[in-house]
Amino acid sequence: MSATMLDIDRLSVDYGRVRVLDAVSLRVRPGEVVGVVGESGSGKTTLARAVLRAVDAAPESRILVDGRDVTRLRGSQLRAWRRSGAVQYVFQDPLRSLDPAVRVAESIVEGLRIARVPAGEAERRRTAALEAVGLDEDLLSRLPSGLSGGQRQRAAIARALVVEPRLLVLDEPVSALDAASRDRVVRALIALRDDRGSDLAMLVISHDIGSLAALSDRLVVLDRGRIVEDGPTRRVIARPEHPYTRLLIDSVPLIHTPTTNRPLPAPVRS
Amino acid sequence: MSELSQITAPAPTADAVSVSPHGGTALGPSFDEGSLVRPAAVEASDLVIAAADGSLLVHGVSVSVRPGEALGIVGESGSGKTLTCRALLGILPPGLSVTGGTVRVDGVDLTGAGEREWRDVRGTRIGAVFQDPASYLNPAMPIGAQLEETLRVTARVPRRQARERARELLDDLGIRRVDLVLRQRVAHLSGGMLQRVLIAMALAADPAVLIADEATTALDVTVQAELLDLLGRLRAERGLALVLVSHDLAVVAQVCERVQVFRDGRVVEAGATSRVLRAPGHPYTRELLRAHAAYGLERFLA
Repeated sequence: MSATMLDIDRLSVDYGRVRVLDAVSLRVRPGEVVGVVGESGSGKTTLARAVLRAVDAAPESRILVDGRDVTRLRGSQLRAWRRSGAVQYVFQDPLRSLDPAVRVAESIVEGLRIARVPAGEAERRRTAALEAVGLDEDLLSRLPSGLSGGQRQRAAIARALVVEPRLLVLDEPVSALDAASRDRVVRALIALRDDRGSDLAMLVISHDIGSLAALSDRLVVLDRGRIVEDGPTRRVIARPEHPYTRLLIDSVPLIHTPTTNRPLPAPVRS
Repeated sequence: MSELSQITAPAPTADAVSVSPHGGTALGPSFDEGSLVRPAAVEASDLVIAAADGSLLVHGVSVSVRPGEALGIVGESGSGKTLTCRALLGILPPGLSVTGGTVRVDGVDLTGAGEREWRDVRGTRIGAVFQDPASYLNPAMPIGAQLEETLRVTARVPRRQARERARELLDDLGIRRVDLVLRQRVAHLSGGMLQRVLIAMALAADPAVLIADEATTALDVTVQAELLDLLGRLRAERGLALVLVSHDLAVVAQVCERVQVFRDGRVVEAGATSRVLRAPGHPYTRELLRAHAAYGLERFLA
């Protein structure tokens, strides 16, 4: 077991001649919840894809998961690492991880069946995972289409949890949900954070700084492929050091502070 | 052409379009709700919307916005906020209809109006922008050509002046490098820029009312802040009556002096935004405020 669950060191990613991630360094300790906030074009989705090893990193980049260098795993080695389930992923659209033709009960334990985990043990883990995300057992017999967006997302999180990963990477987990569903998913993630302690680290990538503020221990701000700020969530929001972080926080509408008392946002970036 | 696209896209109308008589005075937050100094720019009374099977989706709501005033409508999906706005635009989805109440837009009584009467009103007296700007634009046509077409058809601007008016409109909305934007197509512009173009189209014929239904929801938060500033400025400068629909109380708090809280097809609370948000009277409003507090940044900034 390593002291760092995820160690991203000088990660750069190029799409053709465009550098979308530029020497991004980022660490997630065991049990830590790190939020990465970024807007369109910040490179946040590329960051998630790089950790998933779905895009190739530039030569000097290094990605270590629980001490293991996975940057250049290929073919059978890459498949074996993915099958080990050390890292689990939750995407914006849960239909990417839930087969629409498979009942929720089966989808959640599919990974365990492939890993030949005995049926009794699989069922025990499924029950625990459902409880962790606050999903009713009655929903198990349904197809994903019979669930609301928020229920689907919590089923996708349960599916990731049964593998008992030590790192969960969530890419825009609540962006596609309405306010009430977002609330339930974020609360489920907060409960997980509090219950699992150092057993489960999370990297949560989102444009929604409000959800990240509620959930994360540390906040990393990504702007046009670079990390411009990285610090304890409370400090970053209360006393941002970088002008872009300042702009981002000042742009979030507040209930009791009228716009006129707040600094004007910068001109349009076009 | 779909009904929805007529609000922003060119809507061919046979009749000459009368210029709306609304004034240009902005009414500040201190405006007294009780004194009716001028008629409402848009007004619905006891509006009832029903499905084909007779079930009621909106149970008699009343909405009234005066020139220069901004009304916020908040509520979750299914609360009837969007249906009410669509009724104000005469574009209810197939199978749904207004079965009770009255609708007036910019002095025109549209209670029981047919499609032809609505066509004369949409775009010229009332405009609207929605969540997904790209779906209201033609991906194959340069932005400029589409804006010029709207100006010619909806605002009756002569062909030779259309390009110049298009430039002015975009310039007015704070778009820099206007000529570049006019030459580009949908795929080359950001969501925020497309939404500005849609606002320009909605305002091309200088309507009295603008409905913005979750118009900033899908945008980056920095872009949302710019657009909320823009909407606030436009209603002050043009005396535009603004109806801002959002699931986000804080968005409404930034722009609107009055707010109505919708739930299950009814208005459960209405009043001055500052009063409703500081001293909510209805349990549901308090619930919405609690949900906001969980994700707002207020507690870090205190």
